[in-house]
Amino acid sequence: MEGAAIQRRLTWLVAEVVGLIEETPNVRSVVLTCPGWTGHLPGQHIDLRLTAPDGYQAQRSYSIATPVDGERVTITVELVEDGEVSPFLVDELRVGDRLELRGPIGGYFVWEPGRGDRLQLVAGGSGIVPLMAMIRARVLADGDEPVRLIVSARSLEHVIFRDELADLATRADGIEVVTTLTRRQPPDWKGLSRRVDREMLEELSWAAGDDPICYVCGPTGFVEVVASTLVDLGHAPKRIRTERFGPTGG
Amino acid sequence: MSFITRGFGGRRGVEQAPQGRVPPAQYVTGDFPVLSAGPTPRTSRDDWHFTVSDTEGIDESWTWDEIQALPSENPTVDIHCVTKWSKLDTTWEGVSMDTLLADVDTSKAQHALAHSYGGYTTNIPIQDLTGGKAWLAYAYDGAPLSPEHGGPARLLVPHLYFWKSAKWVTRLVLLETDRAGFWESYGYHNYGDPWREQRYSGD
Amino acid sequence: MTEQTHVDGNALGGLLLDVFGREMTDQSGCCGECGAVSAFGSMIAFRDAPGDVMRCPACGTVLAVVVLLPTGLRVTFESIRWIEVRDV
Repeated sequence: MEGAAIQRRLTWLVAEVVGLIEETPNVRSVVLTCPGWTGHLPGQHIDLRLTAPDGYQAQRSYSIATPVDGERVTITVELVEDGEVSPFLVDELRVGDRLELRGPIGGYFVWEPGRGDRLQLVAGGSGIVPLMAMIRARVLADGDEPVRLIVSARSLEHVIFRDELADLATRADGIEVVTTLTRRQPPDWKGLSRRVDREMLEELSWAAGDDPICYVCGPTGFVEVVASTLVDLGHAPKRIRTERFGPTGG
Repeated sequence: MSFITRGFGGRRGVEQAPQGRVPPAQYVTGDFPVLSAGPTPRTSRDDWHFTVSDTEGIDESWTWDEIQALPSENPTVDIHCVTKWSKLDTTWEGVSMDTLLADVDTSKAQHALAHSYGGYTTNIPIQDLTGGKAWLAYAYDGAPLSPEHGGPARLLVPHLYFWKSAKWVTRLVLLETDRAGFWESYGYHNYGDPWREQRYSGD
Repeated sequence: MTEQTHVDGNALGGLLLDVFGREMTDQSGCCGECGAVSAFGSMIAFRDAPGDVMRCPACGTVLAVVVLLPTGLRVTFESIRWIEVRDV
């Protein structure tokens, strides 16, 4: 969508909740319909603004999980223990509720199908959300960019979009997904069971010589270890885009 | 008419505010948020020192062991952050700034600029550091002060907004002329009295 | 131990857009201390209570500080030598 997504001015819009999807026990996707939405690119986010009856306001940013689809915008929210906003979004929000939001925001951690580069995606926990928008866009565009995704999660039930990812890995051309479960694995687990490390990246990610564009997203510590390891493996820093979600992963 | 988000209750961790204990526009919390302007410095006790530099440039320095050898106090104080949270009856252990400034010539110095490991600074009038109003604190809530909360030692100046209680403090420079510290130079109030709600430089 | 108390300029995307009137995360700034050129989205952001501190990803120097004052949203340029905006 030419010119539609990177904006010059942002105003607060009012969106309506039209769907709620329980992705994992503590992650919920919120499907919004937003009149006035001008479109967005995979990787971009929205700012949400919540106002309490006493006038207190809280603002948070959430990555958009889906490719552009008219006025439909979906965010995927992880419940943060003792959080101020996520318990409201994950436990309280109902279909029919209205939320103030603005966006899309972001121009750095953004990818569009059709660029031709190999894509290397590395996700820690809820860091999968903006990367999922990229993958979904790639599938929707029927693209041919080879994609390798490494997903790190605490346990199988914490893998967000797990069924869709498994399906993509078997079905779609050129999308390879590897999952590592860092804390708990099911008894029949045949996959990886440790934190993303140099050995894993060396073996399973595109080599520097393949000149992929890399997107790394998740908790700050995770992103920094992965990004610096990719640099150690020879990737040019300019070919690595990062988005840090902070201590808890957003 | 402002948009109200149905079902959003606002702040978490808000507690009852006892009469007269809470400055204007503050709320009481049981939490102790950990936030900072830069990476947490990790200074070992072996490397740590605290220095007071007077207006002539004369330094008086203490090592960790020397600070521990000084008489300490256990103040219980209320603390007030400029972002509106207040925490009541916090308990600390440390050396009174009166003790540390006792041998220092303060005749020419009206002002002080505190410097921290990592580069943070904040300015405080000398008279707000003396008279039992301030400490060099090295323990909080009965335990050694953690790096996240400013350890090995921080300034504790509870009658001013808490940004003045510099974490990771290492030096106090006495000055004839006031100099704005970090937040003061970015738009916050030069003095910072919570009871007069002096948050920003225009207040 | 990995430092976990910061994010990056992506999180400040909305604030930067308010100040500059356009998307800034993909535009670059030059550190006045070490000369490193970084996209705003890649700058390290410490979201401290009183304001947001943007630091050079190469050397850690404070580049800019964003504070919401009663008068408005203020960005103090501490150590940015230049900002470059493409596609104009």
